[in-house]
Amino acid sequence: MRAWPSVGHIRWGWFLLATAILLLLPLVTDTHTPSVLLIWALFALSLGMMWGYAGLLSFGHAAYFGLGAYTYAVAVINIGESTVPLILSMLVPAAVAAVVGAMMFYGRISDVYMGVITLLVTLILFKFMSATAGDAYVIGGARLGGFNGMPGFHTLNVPGYPEISLFGLPTYYVCAAALLICYLVCRWILARSFGRVLVGIRENEARCELMGYNVPAFKTAIFTVCAAMAGLAGCLFANWAEIVTPRVFSLGQAAEVLIWVIAGGLGTLIGPILGAISLGYVKLLLGEQTLIDNSLILGAVLIIVVLGIPRGVVPALQGLWAAAGRRARGRAGSGQGARRTLGASKPEHT
Amino acid sequence: MDYAGVVTLEILYMIAFLALTSAGLAIVFGMMRVINLAHGEFVMLGGYTSIACYNSGINIYFAMLLVAPVVVGLVGLIVEQSIIRFLYGRMIDTMLATWGLSLLLIGLVTLIFGNTAVSMPAPITGYQLGEYQMGGYNLFIILVTVALLIAMWAVLRFTRAGLIARGAMQGADVVSALGYDPRKVYMYTFSAGAALSGLAGGVLAPLTGLLPSSGGAYIAKAFITVITGGAAVISGTLSSAVILGTVNQLVSFASHPVIGEIAMLALAIILLRLMPTGITGRFFRDGT
Repeated sequence: MRAWPSVGHIRWGWFLLATAILLLLPLVTDTHTPSVLLIWALFALSLGMMWGYAGLLSFGHAAYFGLGAYTYAVAVINIGESTVPLILSMLVPAAVAAVVGAMMFYGRISDVYMGVITLLVTLILFKFMSATAGDAYVIGGARLGGFNGMPGFHTLNVPGYPEISLFGLPTYYVCAAALLICYLVCRWILARSFGRVLVGIRENEARCELMGYNVPAFKTAIFTVCAAMAGLAGCLFANWAEIVTPRVFSLGQAAEVLIWVIAGGLGTLIGPILGAISLGYVKLLLGEQTLIDNSLILGAVLIIVVLGIPRGVVPALQGLWAAAGRRARGRAGSGQGARRTLGASKPEHT
Repeated sequence: MDYAGVVTLEILYMIAFLALTSAGLAIVFGMMRVINLAHGEFVMLGGYTSIACYNSGINIYFAMLLVAPVVVGLVGLIVEQSIIRFLYGRMIDTMLATWGLSLLLIGLVTLIFGNTAVSMPAPITGYQLGEYQMGGYNLFIILVTVALLIAMWAVLRFTRAGLIARGAMQGADVVSALGYDPRKVYMYTFSAGAALSGLAGGVLAPLTGLLPSSGGAYIAKAFITVITGGAAVISGTLSSAVILGTVNQLVSFASHPVIGEIAMLALAIILLRLMPTGITGRFFRDGT
């Protein structure tokens, strides 16, 4: 049996269903909350891709989310039109990730130290951005604003028409499109030999190295791609919140995305998305009351998941589903079912 | 001349601060290879314990030097029994679970004490160094740290418990070979580490004031001190505390405290890149 879910194929039926739901959702509900849930889902997807498939755990993925948000805000204040800032909000985190990643992976840093270093990068950004109050910290026309952050920048506009800015429903559709496109990009990467090598590295790094693959280059590449995705999520988040504060780099933000991914499920793409949407929704609900502290719930969820279902909810459900399927087939006809099981397990040995 | 004295004292204080706040984490990491991300919250709990004791009229030194370590040590015992012991050998999972624990403790303390800052007065008044006003309590912290490090060294070097602890650093099978149950040893080790964190929190509470989220301020510094120090408990913690503390304060004096902290964090990244097993993994290999 395969230990992890399969890699390459898309179930187009489910994909189209999800697209239809996202298209029609605004008919039944306000789009403000769904927008941010989709942004968080994209953020979780970018970490889930890296962690679940390439086995690279970044404790500080919030760094790239925050960099995307800040890059967009700074660039749009200076440029005025949102197309270039949108692209920059992916390129800048990607460039930073390429440098950090190359430093770590070519240095053969092990997973624990990778966690520490990525977390330190996030902390450095948090400290720096919190201390940028005052006139000394200005990039072009943009004041970084220290702990209070940067309010009052232009939100996304129709490319080429700075005066037509997007707000409300269009923003929601932009977020939905970004999530769906990034999902397809992830699937596309995983279906290619690049993705297969990543999974190979996760399973056995030494073997991949001996087969002649340049493991540090592969790791750096996927780290960079996922940072670009996180940057896009950060850019959309800046548009949604209409303010960027150093909180995007905070430890809480860094922890949250980890919890979404691990609770949703490692080694799947849909798991992190569903984890982010459901836990993100819980967080918003908890934010409306003051009886129970939000971090209490998040912490409890993380402990329970690590102790009880270390691979996450979605893979656990998939396992149950597969087991139920096998049982159903077993009941359908004893001889036939047994032969089919034999036949199915044979290719694994060849 | 006075200025040089001030800078020296501040550097010594920073080194003591780093060594004190990371001692508990270092013991747990050095002996059990467990990275406890709830360490900052243990420190924070120690602070809250001593403030609560002080407010109910208990002697301040008794509260911070005895009650805080005992209470947090007990919390550590419960945590080890209910969470950590299921995760030995799974380093990443342990980090995630203790991160969850850290959030949980922040939530609990917020529920109990509210999300407001609490503080208590320092029991030692300041003094005059030339034309500079210095905090006398900083000296007390330096003294406590020196005493603590000497005590830790003596325990590890000369006692039966220290022998077992050094065995545990080599590996669980060494503990078994010495005739002890590794699970028991790990349980007491984790509890002792938590108690040290509680002590640090108690002693530092008058200086810093406390919020439920204060743990975050300790964990980052303690974390990099321990990791750059490597697995050897005392020499590792001390050597990285000296390097990082000195750089932090020198850069702070030269420019700005925030730049100082950033310089320290950046230095930690460089050190880790050059010496992925920590300073002691590279230069000292004898254990303590």
